[in-house]
Amino acid sequence: MTIELKDATKKVGQITHIKPTSLTLETGHFNVLLGETGAGKTSLIKMMAGLDPMASGQILMDGEDVTRLSTQKRRISLVHQFFVNYPHMTVFDNIASPLRVAGMAKSEIQGRVEEAADILQLRPMLKRRPQELSGGQQQRTALARAIAKESRAVFLDEPLANLDYKLREELREQLPELFAGRGAVVVYATSEPEEALLLGGRTALMSDGVVTQFGTTADIYRRPANLTAARVFSDPPINAANVVKAGDTMRMGTISWDVQGAATGLADGPYTVAVRPHHVSPVAMDGAVPITGEVQVTELSGSESSAHFQMEAASWVSLAHGVHPYEIGAAHEFWMDPTQCFYFAPDGQLVA
Amino acid sequence: MKTVNQKGWFFVLPVLVLVAFNALIPMMTVVNYSVQETFGDNVFFWEGLGWFEQLLNSERFYAALGRQFMFTGIILAIEVPLGIIIALSMPRQGFWVPVCLVLMALPMLIPWNVVGAMWNIFTLPDIGLLGYLMNTTLGINYDMTQDPVAAWVTIVTMDVWHWTSLVVLLSYAGIVSIPDAYYQAAKIDGASNWAVFRYIQLPKMKTVLTIAILLRFMDSFNIYTEPFVLTGGGPGNSTTLLSIDLVKIALGQFDLGPAAAMSLIYFAITLLVSWVFYTVMTKDDAQ
Repeated sequence: MTIELKDATKKVGQITHIKPTSLTLETGHFNVLLGETGAGKTSLIKMMAGLDPMASGQILMDGEDVTRLSTQKRRISLVHQFFVNYPHMTVFDNIASPLRVAGMAKSEIQGRVEEAADILQLRPMLKRRPQELSGGQQQRTALARAIAKESRAVFLDEPLANLDYKLREELREQLPELFAGRGAVVVYATSEPEEALLLGGRTALMSDGVVTQFGTTADIYRRPANLTAARVFSDPPINAANVVKAGDTMRMGTISWDVQGAATGLADGPYTVAVRPHHVSPVAMDGAVPITGEVQVTELSGSESSAHFQMEAASWVSLAHGVHPYEIGAAHEFWMDPTQCFYFAPDGQLVA
Repeated sequence: MKTVNQKGWFFVLPVLVLVAFNALIPMMTVVNYSVQETFGDNVFFWEGLGWFEQLLNSERFYAALGRQFMFTGIILAIEVPLGIIIALSMPRQGFWVPVCLVLMALPMLIPWNVVGAMWNIFTLPDIGLLGYLMNTTLGINYDMTQDPVAAWVTIVTMDVWHWTSLVVLLSYAGIVSIPDAYYQAAKIDGASNWAVFRYIQLPKMKTVLTIAILLRFMDSFNIYTEPFVLTGGGPGNSTTLLSIDLVKIALGQFDLGPAAAMSLIYFAITLLVSWVFYTVMTKDDAQ
């Protein structure tokens, strides 16, 4: 099973929501759409679901052109960020509704609903109505409806965003198993980089209505194609600053270090350096570049502590294990690992 | 020990006084009349339940009651489905929404006696536009002053024209309150338009529709002004609905006792039907 977008665009009035996008999504793994709020994830999903019309381009499912096919006929499932269940129907009827519409036999409906309910631990709630359920149970009902139905594609639009932390973790662990072996293309939209990494599979980075990079999640994390991709795939946001290469030296304001690895081959000139917060440590390391900044905000989570600090060139974040004593307003020394730096050309493309 | 605090009564008192003046006292006056006979001069004779007995044994009452139920039944059978259909076909956003809403509200803004007079003139065979067209151009014999069927068609059409908007507006309010997500969910389920209506819109409209039907039932059951102006109950007694008959007895014949007894029975029927309907319609939600 595949979903293929060919130069698909979407407009609302005169405003372009999705710029020409070509993308092939396959079954067998999660396809994560990762982007900030407003990046166009929901727009793209709605377009693939046929809920919103495409302005131009084509969409193929399994090679079949479904561009003009109505949502009803696309055989898909969609789970929203907010919990959408029919309020006047019981949980059973909610899960059964797409099967009934499809005209399935009663006994088969019974079997399928119960199977889905068992997987999602909804068996005791089958006779209840959605408003008598907790948020987690309501979302599980919506997921059960998506599972029970034989769909070619399952779209999950930030399905865990409105659940509390604990439930989110629990359901996220279950999700890959839920859809494994069902043959549907699973598309999962999220704004959290961590979620994309946890779910694995492939990731399409989205920003400003366009897919900036698509590939296996690990690859994209290791090699963001451009500065935007690097920014999206980092939480806290990736540290960036302007640097100038001169010979074997990288110069960032008054700080400089020896160019290493692939960057040695770069021509002299201006670049942007980007380094993830956990590669900027408050603890001295061998080969690390010392940088000094004034600590402005700190966040301690017990297992990790982060510090936002202001240098002359930019404001950066350091993220480190354990609890570190920072003094707000005081100058601290941090160590940046130069082997973990990305370099981007002035047009934003990764060069090393 | 718990302190007994009776101050609460002070807060309820204004409402009690108000209800007493606008409902209880007039109502009790009617009850008072219904068990007495008067020939004027403020002289009353005790009659007991005599008027009720007489009324419940009178053919005239049952005939009027029958016509009343027929009228209410017909207009509900037309206005409710028609109102829903119009509400469903109205746009849900954009420039045409306010236009449609105002157009819909217009008939309801016209005073009831004017509605009656309008339709009277409109349908008169000699001078009315509709009456003239029907009789001359279309060659259909249509005269509501002579023909009971024509009279019925006219009062029913008038009521449909006057009050379908109420059903439309209430249904429309119900429809627009349905979040887009439900329509999307239904589309994704593969539901047809009929299924969307049956399983999403209708359940969502149920509450407002219950109110709409109740209002239409009560109003049409008590209807007086428009048919009085339009047909005056004629030709013969063919459109003499309950309230027209009631006024004929009370004011035309000055039979205050029987009229009062009739009012009470009338009131009881309206109350009973409304209560039964409301209870049945809201039974599901209470579960």
